[in-house]
Amino acid sequence: MTPSLRWPRKMRFLQSGDVSALFSIHCPSACIHYISSSRLESDRNAMKLSLSKVVNSARLGVINNLGRSGDKVLDFPGCLLYTKTGSPPHLTNDTLQTIEGVPPVAHITLSSLAEHQEVLEEFKDGIAKFAGIPDAVLYCSINDPVTKDPSGYNTNKSVSVWGGGGRLELTSQKFVSAQRALRPDWFQCLSDGEVMPTGCSKKRAKKSVDRSLVFLDECLQLLGDNERLAQSVLIGAIEGGDVLEERLRSARETAKRPVGGFLLDGFQGVAMSNETKLSLISSITAELPEDKIRVIHGMGRPDEVLECIERGVDLFDSAFPYEVTERGCALSFNHCYDPDPETAGGIHRTDSLSARGSHVLRKGETSEEESNGDTATHPDDPEIDWTGMTPFEICLKEKRFREDFRPLLQNCTCYCCRNHTRAYVHHLLASKELLAGILLMIHNFQLYFSFFRSARGALRDGKLGVLREIIRSQTV
Amino acid sequence: MAAPKAHALVHRVLAECPVTKARVCELMLPHGPISTPVFMPVGTQGTMKGVTADQLRELGCEICLGNTYHLGMRPGPEIMKKASGLHGFMNWKRNLLTDSGGFQMVSLVELSQVTEEGVHFKSPYDDKEILLTPEKSIEIQNALGSDIMMQLDDVVSSTISGPRVEEAMHRSVRWLDRCLLANKNPEKQCLFAIIQGGLDPDLRKKCLEEMTKRDVPGFAIGGLSGGEEKDHFWKMVTLSTDHLPRDKPRYLMGVGYATDLVVCVALGCDMFDCVFPTRTARFGSALVPWGSLQLKNKQFAKDFQPIDKECDCPTCKRYSRAYINALFKSDTAAMHHITIHNIAYQLNLMRSVRDSILRGQFPQFIQDFMKTMYGSKERYPRWAVDALESVSIALI
Ligand SMILES: [Zn+2]
Ligand SMILES: [Zn+2]
Repeated sequence: MTPSLRWPRKMRFLQSGDVSALFSIHCPSACIHYISSSRLESDRNAMKLSLSKVVNSARLGVINNLGRSGDKVLDFPGCLLYTKTGSPPHLTNDTLQTIEGVPPVAHITLSSLAEHQEVLEEFKDGIAKFAGIPDAVLYCSINDPVTKDPSGYNTNKSVSVWGGGGRLELTSQKFVSAQRALRPDWFQCLSDGEVMPTGCSKKRAKKSVDRSLVFLDECLQLLGDNERLAQSVLIGAIEGGDVLEERLRSARETAKRPVGGFLLDGFQGVAMSNETKLSLISSITAELPEDKIRVIHGMGRPDEVLECIERGVDLFDSAFPYEVTERGCALSFNHCYDPDPETAGGIHRTDSLSARGSHVLRKGETSEEESNGDTATHPDDPEIDWTGMTPFEICLKEKRFREDFRPLLQNCTCYCCRNHTRAYVHHLLASKELLAGILLMIHNFQLYFSFFRSARGALRDGKLGVLREIIRSQTV
Repeated sequence: MAAPKAHALVHRVLAECPVTKARVCELMLPHGPISTPVFMPVGTQGTMKGVTADQLRELGCEICLGNTYHLGMRPGPEIMKKASGLHGFMNWKRNLLTDSGGFQMVSLVELSQVTEEGVHFKSPYDDKEILLTPEKSIEIQNALGSDIMMQLDDVVSSTISGPRVEEAMHRSVRWLDRCLLANKNPEKQCLFAIIQGGLDPDLRKKCLEEMTKRDVPGFAIGGLSGGEEKDHFWKMVTLSTDHLPRDKPRYLMGVGYATDLVVCVALGCDMFDCVFPTRTARFGSALVPWGSLQLKNKQFAKDFQPIDKECDCPTCKRYSRAYINALFKSDTAAMHHITIHNIAYQLNLMRSVRDSILRGQFPQFIQDFMKTMYGSKERYPRWAVDALESVSIALI
């Protein structure tokens, strides 16, 4: 099915074919081509995206002139700043300011904001100003990547989102009016994007693509008439479950429409195997025009991120460091791909890996600590829930940190590591004190953001493979 | 008028109100000077409820509290020693005051029993029988390294009377002596006495007489603010300050409501602490000069003003009532915003009090404060009117 295309005339149609002509130098032997800041102008949906390097499918680039004042720059591969109601979790503006490398684009979620639509309509100036971040560039996704919402409520006419006020049915009309109240800079188009169980029927996958294309066309139509959203960029969602041909159709059809970028939707959760996800992602990005940003949600682990980057994904959410924070853990992994620590400013992981077996005793550590940090089931810490923990983190709830006066991570320059110890954070968690979430969030955000800086550096220096190996070695 | 050399505190009276008993003093403590009257926020477990040490410093806080009972239980004195005390553990570079732990034991732990030796109770963490003696309290507080320590006192409810109150008063005097002897670190940590005696003026006087004979660097007025009639409360406060030496700080324990602060400054108190401003913040209540705002209430959902447009705290400069109302549904930062504002409110209130005393205009300050807080004279609480009248302030 090809939905009828009735876009307002002022939206110029941009096809991927137009783009390739602009890219000049090809280096087929290494499958690398260098592009000198090819800026693409279109109408409302143009992001000024420049690719500086493409290695296989991995893309290094920058989006310039972001935001209302047009002075913000987003480097990719990169991530968004995860927020709750426009506020990075646990943090106030003061504590956010201590973090290095905060991404310029904040990520808000329609599901949690929809209940405030009436308030925002009365406020008139949009969510950025309402949330006290008037200069922020905002991207609005439909769902919060952290919450797992019930499925089975979407219809041909509406998509259900789950917020504080319960289930809300969004038609294209309602969706656009909600976005008009929020006034984000970018927003994910309404789509039938619920995560489908493995082996879901082809019929269901096809339906998700068809519905999403209808929603996209309806939204484009409605947006054409909307002055207040004239500056906003629409991100088209690519659906289709785990059915390759539906994914391809979704990608091709969405790419024909004047969207500003793409969301590879439906990859959150464990419904699909990682192998399936990655092979679908490769196939999808191959269909997408090079001049538009590719966003993904729910693929946040460092190893997943690198796999996705290598398959042509540009932007990730930062829900992962939030989830790590919520389970009382601190990210603790090495992402220094440059052997010279002088130039890399490298962070050296201390012991999240060693907690899984290959512990090298350090001065002042006893072997008892080693045995405490040995396996995933600690007889000493029955309260700790180990499910969901990744090899990239240490759990500060563990008793072995009671008298550990080292920073969370050696050489980390975050506010928490400069000022506080593992013993202190352990105490805050044991006492259920609110400061625990603040300090862990600061550390986890900063380390996560610096990991993306490393990923860009590695891509630039031709060392993405080295970085991937370093990250992979920390998972075994 | 310097305190004896052995004390880790130098106290200077900078100004006295010509009408009331209010005064502005400077206290030199091991971690810097503090100006009184001062409100001390309470960081029970070595943290100020969702506010970082840097934020607390930025707000102008010069001293805050830690609770010996909680910190003695967890993480415990051994870890505290290794962390260079509570200052090192929480990385707070300014002054700290710790209580004796006795109050929490009696109020939080149901099965506690007081003997001459100390307070017996069952640990709520592991059910072990524990005995908190005056010596043990000081040992823990020495490990915590607080700038001001409190003696262990025999706490009885301020609503009971009879021989138990008298016994507790005498025992508190004896325990003060044991605490003074036990202090291993007098040149770095001052030990305050706690005046007891319930609501009985004679017992209070007796306690004051005994305790002021001891060479202690400061006094706390204890056993109040526990649900007694306000009328009894202020009379005990003013009786205490009448008998306390001019050259030593007076700390009124557990007092933190704005009106109570202003009245008790007029009655001659210098230091105050209370969990109320930070606890109430977590329930969505923001303190303002005219009372409080329950920001979780629907009425604030579309109220786009700051909590208090006169307030220059980081919260009021950036966020509206409506935003905090919305944020409460999704994130803890909503609480942090109000906590920061409420601490700023308390500290600003005390700053204004000090300024007005220094300028000789405290009586006028009280008039303005009461008018703003209550609107009209009919709404003034009777006890406050009476208390202020006792120090020659006739509210108009
Ligand atoms: Zn850190
Ligand atoms: Zn304020």
